[in-house]
Amino acid sequence: MKFYVPLDSAAVALGAEEVVAAIIAEASRRGVAVEVVRNGSRGMVWLEPLVEVVTDSGRLGFGPLTVADVPGLFGDLAVHPKALGMVEELPWMKGQTRLTFARVGVIDPLSLAEYEAHGGLAGLRRAQGMDRAAIVAEVTESGLRGRGGAGFPTGIKWKTVSEAPGAHKYIVCNADEGDSATFADRMLMEGDPFCLIEGMAIAGLACGATKGFVYIRSEYPVAIRIMAEAVRLAREAGVLGPQLDMEIRVGAGAYVCGEETSLLNSLEGKRGVVRAKPPLPALQGFMGQPTVVNNVISLASVPVIMAKGAAHYRDFGLGRSRGTIPLQIAGNARFGGLYECAFGLTLGQIVDEIAGGTASGRPVKAVQVGGPLGAYHPRSQFDTPFGYEEFAGKDGLIGHAGLTIFDDTADMLSQARFAMEFCAIESCGKCTPCRIGAVRGVETIDRLARGDSSAIPILTDLCNTMKLGSLCALGGFTPYPVMSALTHFPDDFARSKEAAE
Amino acid sequence: MLDSAVTADRIAEILEAHRGLEGPLLPILHAVQAAFGHVPQSAVPQIAKALSLSKAEVHGVISFYHDFREAPAGRHVLKLCRAEACQAMGADRVAGAVKAALGIDWHETTPDGRVTLEPVFCLGLCACGPAAMVDGRLVGRCDEGIVAEVAK
Ligand SMILES: Cc1cc2nc3c(=O)[nH]c(=O)nc-3n(C[C@H](O)[C@H](O)[C@H](O)COP(=O)(O)O)c2cc1C
Ligand code: FES
Repeated sequence: MKFYVPLDSAAVALGAEEVVAAIIAEASRRGVAVEVVRNGSRGMVWLEPLVEVVTDSGRLGFGPLTVADVPGLFGDLAVHPKALGMVEELPWMKGQTRLTFARVGVIDPLSLAEYEAHGGLAGLRRAQGMDRAAIVAEVTESGLRGRGGAGFPTGIKWKTVSEAPGAHKYIVCNADEGDSATFADRMLMEGDPFCLIEGMAIAGLACGATKGFVYIRSEYPVAIRIMAEAVRLAREAGVLGPQLDMEIRVGAGAYVCGEETSLLNSLEGKRGVVRAKPPLPALQGFMGQPTVVNNVISLASVPVIMAKGAAHYRDFGLGRSRGTIPLQIAGNARFGGLYECAFGLTLGQIVDEIAGGTASGRPVKAVQVGGPLGAYHPRSQFDTPFGYEEFAGKDGLIGHAGLTIFDDTADMLSQARFAMEFCAIESCGKCTPCRIGAVRGVETIDRLARGDSSAIPILTDLCNTMKLGSLCALGGFTPYPVMSALTHFPDDFARSKEAAE
Repeated sequence: MLDSAVTADRIAEILEAHRGLEGPLLPILHAVQAAFGHVPQSAVPQIAKALSLSKAEVHGVISFYHDFREAPAGRHVLKLCRAEACQAMGADRVAGAVKAALGIDWHETTPDGRVTLEPVFCLGLCACGPAAMVDGRLVGRCDEGIVAEVAK
């Protein structure tokens, strides 16, 4: 018998290792030969550990699986209490457009043969037959914008690096993924590491870079292990080619190191303080050399763009948000996980239909979109289509496309206070509006909590100063969650003095 | 107590193993912490000398990053996620209960040296929160029962 049991962190955190041990023990008790493939996750986190059994008609899913459910996998599968049916046929899977995540959950992440059999390396082969400018043009035409948060066009960044003079050029993959509610980078690295490697190899060709780094946060031990192994296998198989070598680097628990210039300082072995721009990293990045810094999903979307052509990718999406986006549905969600689709679904469709509302069954109060620097959106904004400009128009951002759902028990004053507290803890300390502003922000919100409503204009003013005066988006965007909470949920800020005392 | 000669030898080995890397300080510090459970004071001048940095620069890097500790942790390290998606699933309540059960606050170690409690801001388990990490092992949908796992 052949089983698939994810090695993905979420599956492991919900008991996948125990399930694997139980499958092996049960098989040996019954004298049945089994093969257990450790795949990535399909993204249906509420069903993890999701075990798949290979049958003549396809892969049958069972989940969420416990050790007690394992013996039943060796009996009549049709009557197993956790049987879900064919995984590919589940509504969550069928509703998606999986371009970047096409192979995640499907293949053995460390099998290059399976990677190739499922369309891998086709993009790199095509790029190898093109000149630099043509590769850059293809990526530009696809409309791909940076998935790390800022949404800068990837092709334009590559063009700058490609044309910049420099003795050495670098491709740096930003796998710091520090935002709460985001796990797409992690799932991609754990479930299809060769896809990221291929994307970096193409970036190397396009820019004339000789060295690639993947900077992975230390909170991701599984991703670090899988990526390191995949780089070793790719190097052995000659996939990286003669021109590019790659190295995995591990962060050290600083959120701000996801900011690209802070990340470069960290890679160089320095404190992760933000650098003033200009100079752009594209011109003077790692060790002062021209450097591409791209998010995992930006780079991992390049192979399919090169394999299927820019138009195929660009034809999905809405307005200036082209292609697909892996939504990460988190927090108090009935169905939480990763859902890749074209840009353009409304927030309401995502929250009410795909996520199925809250896990607690209570009404949705707010959805924070874009991580800790993103705004809290009330139900009245649920008609907002998912796109860069559309969310900016609502004083928000899509960031790395994480969504945190809160039910009606959430207290928005506490959420605003946390945003300021987080900024104070994680500030790199280089600029005053962020370093001092965040501390004052916590104090000011505490005044509000004590019923001192005269602090509201002070908080508003402070947010303006942080927004306009901070060196990077840590201090600059912390006002988004704070001001959105204050604007959309004023009742939570109107505390009476008596109640507070 | 760490034997200082043994420590110096092990650090020398680590420094040697990282020769030729571009920007080697973080990988070196990770390796030192993996070997000793923390970055011993005595490592600072040795690393500084090998990389032609000042002691203050090395110290500045160690103190910047939340991961590096200058003193050993307890026998178990319990990290609880404090970030928004876990908050939405009751992480604050779980943290409160864990702190009460252990009798310590964030960044503290129980007096018997058994557990160190650390906050973490996201483990990428945001669709199955509250999330935790116990001695490097990931746990999803955790509750105060997690204290039992570090009871030994
Ligand atoms: C405080 C802060 C944290 C950030 N964290 C990340 C991160 O974890 N991952 C990421 O890709 N980009 C992050 N960014 C954005 C990067 O600075 C940069 O825009 C991005 O890596 C560029 O890649 P892209 O164009 O492919 O998105 C962060 C920015 C700020 C200000
Ligand atoms: S917010 Fe807790 S794991 Fe992501």
